[in-house]
Amino acid sequence: MSVDAKQAPRAAGRPPVVQMRGISMEFPGVKALQEVDFRLFPGEVHALMGENGAGKSTLIKVLTGVYTPTGGVTTLDGQEVSFSGPAAAQDSGISTVYQEVNLCPNLTVAENILLGREPRRFGAIDGRATRARAAELLADMGLDVDPGSVLAEHPIAVQQLVAIARAVAVDAKVLILDEPTSSLDQDEVAELFRIMRVLRDKGVAILFVSHFLEQVYEISDRMTVLRNGRLVGEHLTQDLSRINLLSLMIGRELGALEELERLADQAGEEASAAPVLRATGLGRKGSVAPFDLQINRGEVVGLAGLLGSGRTEIARLLFGADRADSGEVTVDGKVVQLRSPRAAIASGIAFCSEDRKGEGVVADLSIRDNLVLAMQAAAGWARPIPRKTKDQLVEKWIKALDIRPANPDALVGRLSGGNQQKVLLARWLVTEPKLLILDEPTRGIDIGAKTQIQKLVAELAQKGMAVLYISAELEEVVRLSHRTVVMKDRAKIAELDQHATVDDIMRLIAHVGERTEAVAG
Amino acid sequence: MTTSATPVKDNASPRALLGGRSIPGRVVPVIVTFVLFVLLFGVGAARYDGFTSGQVLANLFIDNAFLIVLAVGMTFVIVTGGIDLSVGAVVALSTMVAAAGLRAGLPLPLVVLLVLAMGSTLGLLMGLVIHHFEIQPFIVTLAGMFLARGLCFVVGVESISIKDDVFRSVATSPILLPGGVSITWSVLIALVIVAVAAWVLHRTRFGRTAYAIGGSEGSATLMGLPVARVKVGVYVISGLCSAIAGLLFGLYMLSGYGLHAVGMELDAIASVVIGGTLLSGGVGYVLGSLLGVLVLGVIQTLISFQGTLSSWWTKIAIGTLLLLFVVMQRAFMRRQP
Repeated sequence: MSVDAKQAPRAAGRPPVVQMRGISMEFPGVKALQEVDFRLFPGEVHALMGENGAGKSTLIKVLTGVYTPTGGVTTLDGQEVSFSGPAAAQDSGISTVYQEVNLCPNLTVAENILLGREPRRFGAIDGRATRARAAELLADMGLDVDPGSVLAEHPIAVQQLVAIARAVAVDAKVLILDEPTSSLDQDEVAELFRIMRVLRDKGVAILFVSHFLEQVYEISDRMTVLRNGRLVGEHLTQDLSRINLLSLMIGRELGALEELERLADQAGEEASAAPVLRATGLGRKGSVAPFDLQINRGEVVGLAGLLGSGRTEIARLLFGADRADSGEVTVDGKVVQLRSPRAAIASGIAFCSEDRKGEGVVADLSIRDNLVLAMQAAAGWARPIPRKTKDQLVEKWIKALDIRPANPDALVGRLSGGNQQKVLLARWLVTEPKLLILDEPTRGIDIGAKTQIQKLVAELAQKGMAVLYISAELEEVVRLSHRTVVMKDRAKIAELDQHATVDDIMRLIAHVGERTEAVAG
Repeated sequence: MTTSATPVKDNASPRALLGGRSIPGRVVPVIVTFVLFVLLFGVGAARYDGFTSGQVLANLFIDNAFLIVLAVGMTFVIVTGGIDLSVGAVVALSTMVAAAGLRAGLPLPLVVLLVLAMGSTLGLLMGLVIHHFEIQPFIVTLAGMFLARGLCFVVGVESISIKDDVFRSVATSPILLPGGVSITWSVLIALVIVAVAAWVLHRTRFGRTAYAIGGSEGSATLMGLPVARVKVGVYVISGLCSAIAGLLFGLYMLSGYGLHAVGMELDAIASVVIGGTLLSGGVGYVLGSLLGVLVLGVIQTLISFQGTLSSWWTKIAIGTLLLLFVVMQRAFMRRQP
């Protein structure tokens, strides 16, 4: 590490390969970037830090020509540039690997790596040479993947590495890695970092975006911090402590964590024993073994377990997304048949899915329209809601959840991940559910928004809502929950009280000697 | 995951057939179509005298040469995830322009060039509108269909017969093959087009990009592929193929008429789908579409040999088959993660 860190100041002696000055980017109703300066030196790993909505993605899209900035200049090797799109940026040596795998699932691994650059013979693509070249690149990366196999056959982690192989296949001067580690496990991350170091030592400038602080500290030489579309500072990684970085990133909201603890404690005292939902022997073959579960008014029940342990399956059963084949559910003491999500909603159950893009918000509508849709659906189509009530409610929830921008007419698709999550949450909250099921509400969003959402959950419980909280992050589950249900291998294995610790849960899960990699995240 | 490598090696024959490193899973529908064709032909051979003759097979090609060319163009479009509803109308317009041009005394080569240019231009216009205004291909090519069909009647409301000597001799002079079987020049032209199209779609960067667009247009753009050029290009190819098919149809009918080839776009789409191309794009083979046309053709032949069934039974058979194939594709897609 110390060797890496010392390289950075040396790099500063050289002229930057990319320099962006006074970059501004405005969308209707959103100032995504305001007068941001950014520089990137050859042979460094530069982390771009900031919470969701800080403008990281926008800055990257400006650099790669996806967006044309409303102000400012970008220079590459001292020459002013303005790319017409990612293709033009790539031709100038700027390659990007995005958070979502942007490859073609219907083509083979080799085709994906070399698409657009295939070796040719007499004008035709030389299939054999393509595969050989791809195999060579994969071997360089130490990846054991059959280049002739179809991409869709591989897990996301492998697809991600293939995307990186593709980026490496061009002789890139600048490599942009936007959240490349979010779907990788520990070994794969180590592998990626090894490759990043090799490239950096060859003089490639790497722009790295990640929400994992430890990874940023492990790999980066320098970092630029953005907040609310503005530059807050550029620092050498070795000179910036974690706590200072956090306060740069989230500023005023540092106190929220402490407040959260306080709220959780209070809510705990007030949790009454009136069960909102009681499931007895509920189960579904091949999905989750029969379990009992009770959630009381004002109580947060956490569901902890590894990926695939049955957490999400329980949520889907309770929401009627899957039909149970045994057991019964009572809501407020009355037996209910949860045959469909519609039936569950009618019983006062709300479910925020982990797939917010696919099942949650409508990206093409404004924040207002998204919330109104939910209100209208809850009230029934025949009963119009007065415009004034609508506006008041929309404003209330935008404020309560601190959705940014606080503009009801902003398109949801333009918001950052964290803010989209808040809109999704707000959509359900306007329907005033009795039981709120949250499946991974804080996944893929930054610390600031995460804390806000956790705080909100604690507040909701305090006001009497019952909450079922599902998260892969045990710390989060333990901190928020009054009771924690531990899942393993698609069955409930334990129920712990408020005093449970992460260690307890880990011990319970590891008990039979299973891998606990999800715990590490 | 790792097991996928083994079957690749076992299936050497389909790979060689399809001119590239194809993946067995995706070749399955093509093989199914081929097997179906052989079965149907076998049924005919078992039930009717004279069905087994080479000429019956040759007639399949002769009677469907124009449809083969249409299906080839359609394959390009569908592989990118698009659709082209205008092809039948463009066939009619082509026969009309060719017939009217020849009647007016224009030299044959000029008429041919004119027709080809017209088809390509129509395709180009539709492609540009589809790509640059981001409008569904369905609507744009539907508009193109009405436009082309309407233009036919601007050229003339009556059927115009083609009397050009060279044109007629090309249409009627047979090419003798060994075994006493004869085919027409149309068949030769259609087969050359199949070969060229297979090469372009399966072996060039243009073709590779078409598949990439069908797989994920967003990714293709981010990968820096020439999405605009290829997306517009496939409609130009489809337009050009429609014009060629129009000329072949002219050779077949020896007339131009605004009501020629009504609904032929649907036959073309059906052939492509039966040939194993996914309507959602990204998977498909030119050879599959050729087989699709042949399956349609052999059903027609069977029904004509049968003699007592009305020709509408062809439609019923095609409808049933199409449904079967689409359901099969869906099942196939489900298996994929």
